[in-house]
Amino acid sequence: MSSSKQSVLVFFTSQVWTNNQVLIAILGICSALAVTNRLSVAITMGISVSFVTAFSSFFVSLLRKYTPDNVRMITQLAIISVFVIVIDQFLRAFFFDISKVLSVFVGLIITNCIVMGRTEGMAKNVAPIPAFLDGLGAGTGYAIVLIIIGFFRELFGFGQLFGYQVIPLEWYASAENPEGYENFVLMVSPPAAFFLIGGLIYVFRKLQKTA
Amino acid sequence: MWMGDFNHFNLLGLVLQSVFIENFLLVNFLGMCTYLACSTKLKTANGLGIAVVFVLTVSGVLNWLLHRFVTGPGALSWLSFIGVDAERIDLGFLEFLLFISVIAGFTQILEIIIEWASPALYMSLGLYLPLIAVNCAILGACLFAVTRDYPFIPNLIYVLGSALGWWLAIALIAAIREKLAISNIVPGLRGMGITFIMSGLMSMAFMGFTGIKLANPAPPQVATWGEEPAAENEEPILDSRDPSLPTISFLSLSH
Repeated sequence: MSSSKQSVLVFFTSQVWTNNQVLIAILGICSALAVTNRLSVAITMGISVSFVTAFSSFFVSLLRKYTPDNVRMITQLAIISVFVIVIDQFLRAFFFDISKVLSVFVGLIITNCIVMGRTEGMAKNVAPIPAFLDGLGAGTGYAIVLIIIGFFRELFGFGQLFGYQVIPLEWYASAENPEGYENFVLMVSPPAAFFLIGGLIYVFRKLQKTA
Repeated sequence: MWMGDFNHFNLLGLVLQSVFIENFLLVNFLGMCTYLACSTKLKTANGLGIAVVFVLTVSGVLNWLLHRFVTGPGALSWLSFIGVDAERIDLGFLEFLLFISVIAGFTQILEIIIEWASPALYMSLGLYLPLIAVNCAILGACLFAVTRDYPFIPNLIYVLGSALGWWLAIALIAAIREKLAISNIVPGLRGMGITFIMSGLMSMAFMGFTGIKLANPAPPQVATWGEEPAAENEEPILDSRDPSLPTISFLSLSH
């Protein structure tokens, strides 16, 4: 029992670490770049994607024996967009500010390659529970990367975390103290995300080689 | 419905804006996955670029019609001519599902038509068509156009320009990657790592255009060849983009 339980959990852990979808498979990059300049937004996006990946993997796997092969892409897209609609309506109802910032990127979860990659690559071949864990793991791995990038971008770009000032205001350059600290504006702008992901890939490869 | 408050000058601005200032790949980060997978060869990149231009233009127009007549606010009011009062029905929540179905369905149909009409073209282009169905640039452009409420012609120009911009970006980057493939790079960065850093540099180059506003529907002071002056108090639909979007903030942050 315990061994089978463990083998099911492998679906989860391998997705979080060894096969991290963003850093190893290089999928789901669009949103990893576009919504990470605030930590709170990055976390919301990570949770949304985990939810969508997990549940659409589950249902794709549930229906895998009844889906004709030549319409499976459309079926998968339909299942995925149902969950994206759920998430979108939920965010609009309870987290309106964040959903304003995310704007079209919630809708773009539909075309997030991670979701499609997991349903197509895993869920259509395995039972619902492993598929669910696999999807959840892929989403979690994605969320972790988003949080790391969001952390650096918000800390250095705004001097804040979750919207609270972390770097003391006295350190900042002012009229009396022209030599003081200044926010690193590049961090807020799009290219910084590229550099950070490039760097993360480097670090991740180094870590995995030693591990 | 056709032009809204846009004049010809604005349309030109809209082209420049969607190709350069808001380049889909390098400024909005859409269509990244396809780009990373298919930009190692310039030839592949061009094939993909052409396919994206075609699919995005057509599905952008189709989705605009869908939004205007089915899912938008008050869009179903045309049903009144058959005696159904559907003015208040809001199908907005179905938008994602319908949009992605239109895109996926259209690429499927296109694939069949190309295969039947020109096997040679199918061999070179057909491979990319399934990839395009899940290219976020397509869905992204459709959603942006709907969010910004473009009239018909500006919408057409916008989706066309976005697609051309995407093609331009992927072609530029593919050319660089062909050179990168034969360079001596730190082992850990080889492949994707260096590609990201290079894309970041390209993206910085495109950031140089940020803040230039060419497509506001209000008439520019100097231009006199516009059809008629648009209303003064029009809300600037294109403050180069929605200020709440995270990726813009470069200029707005530098105080």
